[in-house]
Amino acid sequence: MNDMISPDVLARQLKIVGTRPLRPDGVDKVTGRAQFGADMHLPNMLVGKVLRSPHAHARIKSINTSKAQALKGVKAVMTSADLCDLPSEFVPAGEMMVNFKDMTRNVMAREKVLYEGHAVAAVAATSEAIAAQALALVEVDYEVLPHVIDVEEAMKPDAPLLHDDMFTIGVEPTPKKSSNIAKRVEFGFGDLEAGFAKADVVVEREFTTKPVHQGYIEPHACVANVSEDGQAELWCTTQGQFIVRAFCSKLLGMEVSQLRVTASEIGGGFGGKTVVYLEPLALALSRKACQPVKMVMSRSEVFQASGPTSGAKIWVKVGATKDGRITAGDALLKYQAGAFQGSPVQPGAMCAFAPYELENVRIVGFDVVVNRPKVAAYRAPGGPIAEFAVESVIDEVAMKIGMDPVEFRLKNAAKEGTRAPYGPKFGPIGLVQTLQAAQAHEHYKVPLKANQGRGVASGFWFNIGGETCASMNLGEDGSVALVVGTPDIGGSRASLSMMAAEELGISLEHIRPMIGDTSSLGFNFLTGGSRVTFSSGMAVVEAARDVIAQLRERAAKIWEVPVEEVEWSEGQARFTGSGEAKSLSLAELAATAGKTGGPIIGNAAINATGAGPSLATHLVDVEVDPETGKVTILRYTAIQDAGKAVHPSYVEGQMQGGAVQGIGWALNEEYIYDDNGHLENPGFLDYRVPVCSDVPMIDTVIVEVPNPNHPYGVRGVGETPIVPPMAAIANAVSHATGVRFTDLPMSPPRVLDAIEAKQAA
Amino acid sequence: MAKHHVTTTVNGDTVEFLCSTEQTLLDVLRDELFLTGSKEGCSSGDCGACSVMLDGRLVCACLVLGVEAEGREVETIEGMADGDNLHPLQRKFLEHAALQCGICTPGILVAAKALLEQNPDPTETEARYWLAGNLCRCTGYDKIVRAVLDAAAEMRAAAGKGAARKSRSTKQPAAASA
Repeated sequence: MNDMISPDVLARQLKIVGTRPLRPDGVDKVTGRAQFGADMHLPNMLVGKVLRSPHAHARIKSINTSKAQALKGVKAVMTSADLCDLPSEFVPAGEMMVNFKDMTRNVMAREKVLYEGHAVAAVAATSEAIAAQALALVEVDYEVLPHVIDVEEAMKPDAPLLHDDMFTIGVEPTPKKSSNIAKRVEFGFGDLEAGFAKADVVVEREFTTKPVHQGYIEPHACVANVSEDGQAELWCTTQGQFIVRAFCSKLLGMEVSQLRVTASEIGGGFGGKTVVYLEPLALALSRKACQPVKMVMSRSEVFQASGPTSGAKIWVKVGATKDGRITAGDALLKYQAGAFQGSPVQPGAMCAFAPYELENVRIVGFDVVVNRPKVAAYRAPGGPIAEFAVESVIDEVAMKIGMDPVEFRLKNAAKEGTRAPYGPKFGPIGLVQTLQAAQAHEHYKVPLKANQGRGVASGFWFNIGGETCASMNLGEDGSVALVVGTPDIGGSRASLSMMAAEELGISLEHIRPMIGDTSSLGFNFLTGGSRVTFSSGMAVVEAARDVIAQLRERAAKIWEVPVEEVEWSEGQARFTGSGEAKSLSLAELAATAGKTGGPIIGNAAINATGAGPSLATHLVDVEVDPETGKVTILRYTAIQDAGKAVHPSYVEGQMQGGAVQGIGWALNEEYIYDDNGHLENPGFLDYRVPVCSDVPMIDTVIVEVPNPNHPYGVRGVGETPIVPPMAAIANAVSHATGVRFTDLPMSPPRVLDAIEAKQAA
Repeated sequence: MAKHHVTTTVNGDTVEFLCSTEQTLLDVLRDELFLTGSKEGCSSGDCGACSVMLDGRLVCACLVLGVEAEGREVETIEGMADGDNLHPLQRKFLEHAALQCGICTPGILVAAKALLEQNPDPTETEARYWLAGNLCRCTGYDKIVRAVLDAAAEMRAAAGKGAARKSRSTKQPAAASA
C-alpha cells in the first residue's frame, strides 16, 4: 500500500508540518491530570508484590508458599507454575529479539535464579504491608551456585554455566559442549590483510563499557483485572500495548482477543518498556484472586530486575593512508546479554563501521550470558558502544596522520550508494551534511584553554518500520478523532496530528489524537526503533487520504458529477469540471454524511517499509580538573539528519535528551557489582544520571535530507542522538589530558588515575 | 494498629484523611486523596518527581510522613493553575516543548515555582542548581531551563506592570487630596 504515498508532497507548500504548535496532550501533563502507569485505581484493588532472588546464581530446590497463602489478607500467591512453560521461539521486539522460553523464565524463575533480583514468587494482598509480610513467609530452598559477572570470564571454558543447553549458534560446526556464548555474528567484505597492508597508519585499541540503565523516571507499573470468565483488562506503562498483549497471552495461555491492553501515559522508556515484567504476574494473580491487582516496581527493583543495556569488551583496528583514506576496519565485540541470550550485539556489529565507506571491513560479535539482569533495548541498542570504540579509533587515526577529524570523516563518509558493512547500499543519507554543518559551526572554531579539549564523533542508526494501523473518525461537525496504536513517548500525538491536518487541509485544533487500546485497532508494532513518526505517520497519511477519497465521492454524489471532476484542496472538495465553480468544506460534507452514504472513517493497516537511517555528528568541549579528575561539559552541539522535522522542537528535544543520556553514559553511569554478584548501586543516589547542573545548554542543528520513502520525508530521530556522545566526550577528554580514554564511564577517580599514571610515566 | 486521623489543607481546601504510621505524604496524596499528579520515581528523595510545597517550603513528599501534614498547608501540581488559567510556568513549559514523557513535569513545575518565589530573576546557573534535585531523563534539561527563565522574565514584567499600576493608583488619590 505504500506505493500510494509519493514524495511529491515534498515539493508542495507545507502549512503545518515543520511548524511548532503546542502539543495536544500538553495541558494534561503540566497540570498533573495525565494518567501514568501507577496512577490507575480500581475499586476492590489488591496490591501485588514480588519476591526476588538474593543470589546471583542458584538452583531452586523447592518453594513453599503455604504459610504466605494462609496469611489473612493474602488473596493469591503465584510462582512459575502459574505461567506456561514455552518452547524456544524468537520473535521481534523493537530491534531486539525475544524468546518465549526465556521470557517465561525471566519474568518468574523456574529451575534456577540467574541474577540477584530475579523474580521467584509473587503475592496479591489487601495492603502493601500484608503483601510484604506474605513475601517474608514464602520459603525458598536454594542451592547456591558459582556465578559469573564479567563477559570475558563468562566466555572461558571453565566458567560457571548459566544454561546447560546453550550451544553457540553461528559457528561451524556447532560446538558439542555447552557454554555461555549464545551466538557469534559476523559482517563484512573485502580483504582485511590487503587493506591493512596499504595503510600508512594503523591504530588498534581495546575498550570496556559497563551496563547502563535506561533510567526512565517512571518505574514499571500495571493494573490487571481478570474476570471470572477469563476476560481480562490490563492497564500498563509500555512502549507497545500490542506486544504486551502478545507476550502476556502467550505466558498465560489466553487467546489474544480475551486480553485488552491499554497503554497508560508512559513516563519514559528508551527501549526498556518493550518487554514485560510485572504484567504477566499481575494477570496471573488477578486470575487467581478474581480481583484487580496493581503492581509497581520500586526503584531498586527497576535497577536489579529490569533490563539495562549490555556492558562490553570491544577491540577495534583501523588502518588509513597518510592522505586520509581508511584502508581497512576490523572489530571484535563481546556483549553481555545478562541472564538470557539476546544482547544487541548484532545491531552493534551492523552499526560499528556504518558511517564509513570501506572496501575492507569485518565485524565479529559474541552474545554472552552472565549473572546479571537480562538486557533490554536501550535507545539504538548495541550501536552506542560499538560506535564509541570505532569513533575513538577514528579520532586517533586522524590525529596520527595529522588531519582534522571532521575532514578525515568527510573523506571517508558513507553516502547514497555506499555499501553498508552489513550488506545493502544506502539510499540518500545525510552524514556528509552533518559533517559540513559541524565544520561550518562557530562552535568548531572557538579557541580552547588549558585543560580543555574538543571532541567530535559521528553516529548511525537504521530506524525501522513495521506493522502499523491508524483510524480517522470524522465527526458530524467535521472534527476528527485520530486513533493510533503506538504509545506517545515524546510528542508523537503532536507530529501525527500535524500530518493529519496537513493532509486534510484543516486546522490542527480540529484533530484530537488518541492512543487506542488493543481492541480499537489492528496489530501495531511497538514504539521503538524511532519508528512512530515514520510508520504511524505513514498510516495517518494513508487514513487521511482514505477520508479524502470518500469526501470527494460524497461531493461528486451531491453535485451529480464524476468523482474525477472533484479535487480536494485546502480542506474543500472543489468541482474542477466545466461550469460554475463550486466547493464543499469538510465540515459541510461531514454534516451531511448520513444522507450521502453513512459515517466516514478513514483506515490504514500497513507494514511500513523504507525507514531511512539517521546520521549525526556531535561536537563537545570539555574541561578536565587535573586535581580531581572531574570532567565538565563546557559546550555541546548535536547535528543530525532528521529527513524532515515535522515538529522541530520535539526533534531538538530528542537530540538534546539523547546527548545528555550519552553524557551520563560517558561520565558517570555504571552497574557496580560486589564479589557476590550483588548490585551495589540500585538507586539514583549512587547510579548517577545527569542532573540539571551537570550540563550546559545543548545546541542543535537539524539537517534535512528527505527520506524518499515517506510522504513528508521523515526519518526516525529518537535513537541516533545517543550514539555519538561517548566517543565525542572520550575524544575531548583525551585531547584535554593527552591520555587516550578507552574505558567507560570516565568517572573522576578513573580520569584522575589516568592523569597521575601519565605524570608518573 | 489503628489509623491516624489527619486534618490538613491541600491546595487551599481543608481535607481529612486516615493514614497508617508508615504512609508517606506521597502515599496519602496518591492513594488516599487520589491526587496522582505527584509522582513516585524513587521513594528516596533522589528524583524530585514528588516535589510539593509544605508550609511554603519545597519538599519531596516521599520523605514526609502523612501524619506530619496535620495542621499544615500542602500545595501540589493540581493547585498550580488558577481555574482554566495556567500558571506562567505551565504555559512556558508548553510553549518551549519543555517536556517529552511528562512524568517529571509536575515535580519540576512545583520546584520551579518555589524557585521563582524566592528568586524572581535567577541566572541560568541558579536555575540549574535549584532544579538539580529533579531528574528528567528525556529532555536534557535545555528546554526546561529556557522555559523557567522565560516564565521568570514574563512574571517579572507582569509584576513590574502590576507594581507600576499599584504605585499609580496609590499616587492618584494622594494627588487628589493635595
